[in-house]
Amino acid sequence: MLDGFEPGGRGIEALKQRLAQIRAEKPELDPEMLAEVVRAVLTTISDELTAKEAALLQEVEELARTIVVAKTEIAALRVDDITDHDIPFATDELDAIVDHTAQATHAILASCETLDEVAGTISGEPSVKLQDATTRIYEACSFQDITGQRITKIVTTLKTIEGKIAHIIATFGQDMTHQGQRGERPKGAEDDLLNGPQLPEHAMDQSDIDKLLASFE
Amino acid sequence: MAVDKSMNVLIVDDYKTMLRIIRNLLKQIEFNNVEEATDGAEALQKLRGGNFGLVISDWNMAPMTGLQLLQEVRADNRLKSTPFIMITAESKAENVVAAKAAGVSNYIVKPFNAETLKDKIEKVLSHA
Repeated sequence: MLDGFEPGGRGIEALKQRLAQIRAEKPELDPEMLAEVVRAVLTTISDELTAKEAALLQEVEELARTIVVAKTEIAALRVDDITDHDIPFATDELDAIVDHTAQATHAILASCETLDEVAGTISGEPSVKLQDATTRIYEACSFQDITGQRITKIVTTLKTIEGKIAHIIATFGQDMTHQGQRGERPKGAEDDLLNGPQLPEHAMDQSDIDKLLASFE
Repeated sequence: MAVDKSMNVLIVDDYKTMLRIIRNLLKQIEFNNVEEATDGAEALQKLRGGNFGLVISDWNMAPMTGLQLLQEVRADNRLKSTPFIMITAESKAENVVAAKAAGVSNYIVKPFNAETLKDKIEKVLSHA
């Protein structure tokens, strides 16, 4: 049933108040007669609805309820946190993995190049063994390229999810992003840990730490 | 047929790590004249301005992919017979077919080892 026609609903309450007002203003009116008129009007409205229209009305009501429930559930997911914090944080972390592994790989390659130079200055079995070893290291270092490509795919997927969430927010309205209450985020095991490893742009390096500690002395 | 290892080789990859790895592996098999390009446009510029006996290119690059670079090379009268090896992490049959249709000389799937690289280079250059 529609909200306004529910027993005790706002519509009925307003109608009761209006009837009481009319009774007060025109005490000569028969309350029973007035009630009869109202009942007749309501019955007429009900009779006007065909079975199909009534079913349609019920469907619309059901749809409205589903939308309200969906909005509430999505608000509870804290969608603004997902798009403003969680996904950007995850993509930054993944980018940092690519950068750090690239740096480490270049350091390994530089050492291998030095070993290759040494191999060139000696002869015989030791030289061959040394070069075989560096070849294996070069081959293994190609993991960085493969890892980078895989991570790039994950970042693309996360950005697609971010876009879809933004579309949901746009569809349901911005107001829903504020329905989830701040501070409700469930506390996880990681909350008790330090926040490292930090992203380079947010991190202090050892010299910064040393300076900070020195400032207390 | 003996392979001329003094030829200029152009390696193309947008990952500097891979360029360094391939350059070192080529050096180990005595290809010392190696130039690098980090995208298709730079590669084409170097190819048109130089004299290269072999191109080894990654497929997965932007904005010009390795496949597009290959098509440009094959469409260029002066460059069209340059041996071209494609290296890629994509091992789908349709990619290999597309590369073959575009005129690729050989195809290496990542991750690869030095032996595979050497073997493919020898095969390509012996048919050149």
